[in-house]
Amino acid sequence: MDLFEHQAKALFATRGVPVPTGRTATTPEQAREIAAELGGRVVVKAQVKVGGRGKAGGVKVADGPADAQEKAGAILGMDIKGHTVHSVLVEQASDIAEEYYASFLLDRANRTFLAMASREGGVEIEEVAVTKPEALARIPIDALIGVDAAKAREIAAAAQLPEAALDGAADLLVKLWDVFVSADATLVEVNPLILTGDGHVVALDGKVTLDDNANFRHPENAALVDDSAIDPLEQKAKEKHLNYVKLEGEVGIIGNGAGLVMSTLDVVSYAGEEFGGMKPANFLDIGGGASAEVMANGLSIILSDPAVKSVFVNIFGGITACDAVANGIVSALGILGDVSTPLVVRLDGNNAVEGRRILAEANLPAVTPVDTMDGAAKLAAQLAAA
Amino acid sequence: MAIWLDENSRVLVQGITGSEGRKHTARMLAAGTNVVGGTNPKKAGTTVEGAPVFASVAETMEATGANVSVIFVPPAGTKTAVVEAIDAGIPLAVVITEGVPVHDSTDFWAYAISKGNTTRIIGPNCPGIASPGLSNAGIIPADITPRGRVGLVSKSGTLTYQMMFELRDFGFSTAVGIGGDPVIGTTHIDALDAFQADPDTDAIVMIGEIGGDAEERAAAHIEAHITKPVVGYVAGFTAPEGKTMGHAGAIVSGSSGTAQAKKEALEKADVRVGKTPSETARLMADIMRSL
Repeated sequence: MDLFEHQAKALFATRGVPVPTGRTATTPEQAREIAAELGGRVVVKAQVKVGGRGKAGGVKVADGPADAQEKAGAILGMDIKGHTVHSVLVEQASDIAEEYYASFLLDRANRTFLAMASREGGVEIEEVAVTKPEALARIPIDALIGVDAAKAREIAAAAQLPEAALDGAADLLVKLWDVFVSADATLVEVNPLILTGDGHVVALDGKVTLDDNANFRHPENAALVDDSAIDPLEQKAKEKHLNYVKLEGEVGIIGNGAGLVMSTLDVVSYAGEEFGGMKPANFLDIGGGASAEVMANGLSIILSDPAVKSVFVNIFGGITACDAVANGIVSALGILGDVSTPLVVRLDGNNAVEGRRILAEANLPAVTPVDTMDGAAKLAAQLAAA
Repeated sequence: MAIWLDENSRVLVQGITGSEGRKHTARMLAAGTNVVGGTNPKKAGTTVEGAPVFASVAETMEATGANVSVIFVPPAGTKTAVVEAIDAGIPLAVVITEGVPVHDSTDFWAYAISKGNTTRIIGPNCPGIASPGLSNAGIIPADITPRGRVGLVSKSGTLTYQMMFELRDFGFSTAVGIGGDPVIGTTHIDALDAFQADPDTDAIVMIGEIGGDAEERAAAHIEAHITKPVVGYVAGFTAPEGKTMGHAGAIVSGSSGTAQAKKEALEKADVRVGKTPSETARLMADIMRSL
């Protein structure tokens, strides 16, 4: 899960990482009140989980409360790369002397953690990595040792930060590492990390990605979820504990196993090229135990998507037995009642013969069994285009 | 021969008394696997499916000569379980558990390296390893395919089963599911090297997925070191950018990690890449017939 800047900064603050004082506003009037409380110049920043908001006009300096209200009014409701701005962060303007970059992240290729830091901050770091690779220090972090004061100083020095910023940056990096580990983050990024006119090092921005697998030991993460951005069907699927992702096409997909379902999306897209560009409407992995209830929940979500013109149920029975899946389909259609959307079903593997027999005996008008994955994908695409 | 798992494998199950551990112990035994015991510190002295339960991995190894551990411990306890297996010095630990925090897998990998990397870790979030007819450590169904001379390494569970099914007329020496998590123990490259060295493997199927650059690195490795024929498949060509598709690792951001980039890298290394699982199986069937 990616966090908003204000959530990231609140997390930073819990571990002592210095951040500017500020609060979020969802209306221009609130922005005015916050600016009045803070006093002096403030910065009004769009809260969206996408880069490049500064260039898009989503970050403005305001001279006082009235100006903050006006700037917030312009920013709230803006569309930045497809993300609507629902809130702004209003915070004290900082006296920026220099801008740097710092992050900790998972380095999956090397199966370890990595610190990245640069004297060149406030710009897109991907660009620095390409145009001036020597300016971006990359220091591997031993997961068993972590980042102590000495390691933090090594990172700051490798980034060629000036003498005046070394102590402050090293101190901040130790605390930022603490955030990275204690929150189970896969990324904590500060860009820019600034040196102020009076010599302090402060995190002026914050980007954090948390590992959803670790949610079981972070009950506090539930409050960080942004429901406004979730597709209504995805929300409904989540409530039923289904692994569902809404896509743009016409062929509903149900399968078992993430790899097989991803592969099903590909096979349907290829087959769809022959039929006016039919594409998969969703990703839905029903996992190992495909009970009648899970099948009914999955089918009901897919069939409630008005874009869906046909459904492809693609099951390879490993642990899952195909006769159980077939029974699941039969009772799911019983539960759902009159289903007119055509279903193409491919069952292979564990008890496939029995599964096919159950479907044939049930003689459901909506269901067409097909023997192979490629053949079934073709028929599903054809039916969607009809 | 086979790779890493054969008729001499003596398997213990960490988490044998849990519902998954129990179910799959029975399945492994039915597949002919020599399951010699399992662990649960609170239930030492009992048995599961006839297999004795011990308090620790070290005790199980001492009493039974176990040399493979299959781990079904839930995510919150997985790191501790893997560390225990490493400390006991078991040669192979197969981590089936899904949903392990990536800080935990990075930690236990660092721990394994610090202890000299003597325990081979497969997974986490994987179906395990099967050498048909010899032994089966994990949850791969044992009856899909007989023994044969194709080797398989895959990030995905059900695609592993699908491929074993499509090529069942040829059979497999060993099939390894390495898992789709961002940090895993055994990689495509490790399996490719082992199959290259295995006299009973003639050709290799490699299944990848979007995310990371493991397939690209495997491609470079194949070009330099693998002389046996390799056929590849990559899932996720049409997955939209920035969406997670079930596997924690299967997320594409920006241009690197896309299925297209992986396919191109593999083809550059003379690996034939199928467009669908079935086409991939046909490419391998052609190779096996030509050998």
